[in-house]
Amino acid sequence: MVEMASGEAMATWLPIIWIGLLGAAVALYVVLDGFDLGIGILFPFSPEEQDRDVMMNSVAPFWDGNETWLILGGGGLFVAFPMAYGIIMSGFYLPVIIMLLALVFRGVAFEYRWVSKPNHRWWDIAFAGGSITAAFMQGIILGGLLHGLPVKDGHFAGGMLDWLQPFPLFVGFATVAGYALLGTTWLIMRTEGEVAAQAREQAPKLLLAVLAAMTIVSLWTPLSEPRIWDRWFTLPNLFYLAPIPLLTALAAFTVWRGLANHHDNAPFFGTVALFLLGFAGLAISTLPYLVPPTITIWDAAAAPSSQLFMLIGTVALLPMILGYTAFVYWTFRGKVKPGEGYH
Amino acid sequence: MDLDAVLLARIQFAFTVSFHIIFPSFTIGLAAFIATLLVRWRITGEERFQRLAKFWTKIFAVSFAMGVVSGIVLSYQFGTNWAGFSKVTGNVLGPLIGYEVLTAFFLEASFLGIMLFGWNRVSPNLHVLSAVLVAIGTSLSAFWILAANSWMHTPAGHEIRDGIAYPLDWFAIIFNPSFPYRFAHMFTAAYLTTSIVVLAVGARYLVQKRFEEDARTMVRMGLGMVAILAPFQLVIGDLHGLNTKEYQPAKLAAMEAHWNSNEPADFILFALPNKEQNGNDYEIKVPIPGLASFVITHDFAGTFKGLNDFKPEDRPPIAPVFFAFRVMVGLGMLMILMGAVGAYFWVRGTLFQSNGYFKLMQHTWPMGFIAILAGWWVTETGRQPWLATGILRTYDAVSPAITFNAVLTTLILFVIVYTAVFSMGIYYINRLIDKGPAGAAKEPPRGQPTRPLSAAEDATREAIIGAN
Ligand code: HDD
Ligand code: HEM
Ligand code: HEM
Repeated sequence: MVEMASGEAMATWLPIIWIGLLGAAVALYVVLDGFDLGIGILFPFSPEEQDRDVMMNSVAPFWDGNETWLILGGGGLFVAFPMAYGIIMSGFYLPVIIMLLALVFRGVAFEYRWVSKPNHRWWDIAFAGGSITAAFMQGIILGGLLHGLPVKDGHFAGGMLDWLQPFPLFVGFATVAGYALLGTTWLIMRTEGEVAAQAREQAPKLLLAVLAAMTIVSLWTPLSEPRIWDRWFTLPNLFYLAPIPLLTALAAFTVWRGLANHHDNAPFFGTVALFLLGFAGLAISTLPYLVPPTITIWDAAAAPSSQLFMLIGTVALLPMILGYTAFVYWTFRGKVKPGEGYH
Repeated sequence: MDLDAVLLARIQFAFTVSFHIIFPSFTIGLAAFIATLLVRWRITGEERFQRLAKFWTKIFAVSFAMGVVSGIVLSYQFGTNWAGFSKVTGNVLGPLIGYEVLTAFFLEASFLGIMLFGWNRVSPNLHVLSAVLVAIGTSLSAFWILAANSWMHTPAGHEIRDGIAYPLDWFAIIFNPSFPYRFAHMFTAAYLTTSIVVLAVGARYLVQKRFEEDARTMVRMGLGMVAILAPFQLVIGDLHGLNTKEYQPAKLAAMEAHWNSNEPADFILFALPNKEQNGNDYEIKVPIPGLASFVITHDFAGTFKGLNDFKPEDRPPIAPVFFAFRVMVGLGMLMILMGAVGAYFWVRGTLFQSNGYFKLMQHTWPMGFIAILAGWWVTETGRQPWLATGILRTYDAVSPAITFNAVLTTLILFVIVYTAVFSMGIYYINRLIDKGPAGAAKEPPRGQPTRPLSAAEDATREAIIGAN
């Protein structure tokens, strides 16, 4: 009796713990890799070689640590929700693989751009192209997922190009703009001179674009998906959830003020808050579905014993991982100056 | 998914994983080699050990970087192409692969930073310790991924409900019947491969009369390992095969191209297996009757299952398994030979007078890599038509929605990108080796971050500048 009850409790709670862990990994990924992908997205707008050096130097120590969270997210999905992993990866077959290849190019560009100087033009292109492509694909995957995936017998049952629709493409562009905003505010915080000045000029335009995109997504999804409408606009949910849009407005205001008052750090942290709130909003729209509109986190969950076995290792190692990450950021704090470089 | 798309998906997986495994095989061994050099440096205080460690660390960094990017692709492929695999075996394999990601990424990556950049930053002992920890980290990640792979060959510790595997006993899952053999065999293979590369590089310098002191150290360390490990590998391989007879008899029959279970098998050196006739064409055998039976059952008159015992749809592809097995064993024999010859010269005290031996040895560096690829092709193709023996067939494991064109497109993209990106990396490694250990003592500039991959970039830059 007791055993059965605790078995049921595990089957209920473990998926909740895991979705929390996964959500945290993905949120960390989006914020962390977001700003360094953003640097790549901004590359075409800074044609000067010296500026590009500074931009790259500002993220060089961090980018591959940031990318780790992508693997943890993907790996975690496989471990905790194998069925959803199969559905999502095959449903977004082309975007996922193109994203991975873009990341390969971008990763190598980090290393080889410096080696090939003065003939580094191709690696500049690989870096910018890889970053933009990866960001765009991530947005498409996100948008497509919000839209929902057709599932039959636990498998994706749609076409290879289902994601080629206005909404996912729109989210793709929005993600590029969002990462670019993170990139500019990062540059404002971490660089000086020409690069920071240009970022200050770009940031307000990007902020407007991002706010517009967030508004459009916030209207588009409830209007097209009744379940999302019900989630947000019925009582008492409306009251509980009202703080989210309010806090979002506050975050946007912080970024705006920070930019206007020439603060170094406020715009970046405001943007991070903006992202996290947006992420929370999406989670509220979607949960408990992992693959809307049919598969919940409990449908997709691995066996409790599998989730538990992996949870033990994760809980033991995660603090080490976070500690290491914090240590790296602490070691390389402060402004990156032109010429002084990492390279 | 139609049949041709399945075939393409298999080719795609085989291509990306074969590409990937080249780098881990080398980094597993190299991490241990570098750790050994550093420990010897701390014990003896001899500067050449540190110089060699610095030299090989750069090559390690480039190889490691390529291992990382190719590995990320693999872990996503389980979902993109093989969604049925995730669904059916995810409960069991998910945690094993999850542990590989955790240990590999975070244990390795954390200490890698110190190992690559810590020369001036941390105390020598901490630096040596981190190199040892990186070596342990690579071994741990191999442990988990091989546990997962072995379970697919010889599943244990699970039950099947509604066609989905559920874990019952994690210990039995991890230490499934083929795991100890596969782990020992693969591990030895990685060390052997690295030792041969070290030996070949040493030989190259000796022939060119460059860096002779360092080269002699490399030759002694590389050769010593080959002389010991190559015969050892034969023994492990033999035990591995006995285990295969027990649990995957169809694979073993394909390895030997053996059809009839009621007669003892001769040792076939060459043959063209013929599926229509249920027999072999153009057989060339070792003229000792029953030799294969002796190898496999340890009795010249012994019998073991032949391909005719299996329905055609339950047989693996025969020719690739048969030939790849001969390539692996043939190379293994050559390794034993070259280790023995070198050891003979060494014992006689004439090792460093035999220029002819080194002229040959400098060309041996690809042997281990080819043997490893051949070995994996035996193992993995021999597992067909099953993805997880007795649980899931490969044709049932693919993502149903994936189309021929989609797989073809991505396969072409993989081939183009991998060829371009990785040929550059291999070219840089070769440049580094050409340049040799002399420049290795250069200190990294101050302010250099503990960022694993930037050592690769430093190394490549040096390779290019050095060559100019
Ligand atoms: C015998 C060992 C072995 C085998 C069979 C495989 N790998 Fe591997 N893998 C390693 C040994 C390794 C390693 C030693 O840990 C690597 C090599 C270089 C490196 O960076 O770590 C690595 C890297 C590596 C990475 C990058 C993360 C990192 O370690 O930094 C991933 C995601 C994978 N692998 C995943 C896989 C998958 C899905 C495989 C199954 C086909 C696979 N590997 C086969
Ligand atoms: C790293 C060295 C490895 C190499 C070189 C290798 C090689 C191969 C090859 C050649 C195939 C194609 C077989 C065929 O279709 O005829 C294959 C298939 C496959 N292997 Fe491996 N393999 C390796 C390790 C692994 C590991 C560690 C795993 C899982 C943990 C794995 C999982 C698979 C899967 C899922 C397939 C596709 C389905 C199938 O054809 O069975 N492989 N591999
Ligand atoms: C010298 C005689 C050798 C024998 C008798 C031997 C035997 C075997 C057998 C029977 C298998 C297949 C096991 C199975 O899947 O059921 C295998 C696989 C393999 N072999 Fe060998 N082997 C030898 C040499 C080598 C050498 C020299 C290398 C590489 C340096 C090597 C690397 C591998 C690898 C990587 C695999 C696949 C992974 C595994 O199943 O362990 N082998 N070997």
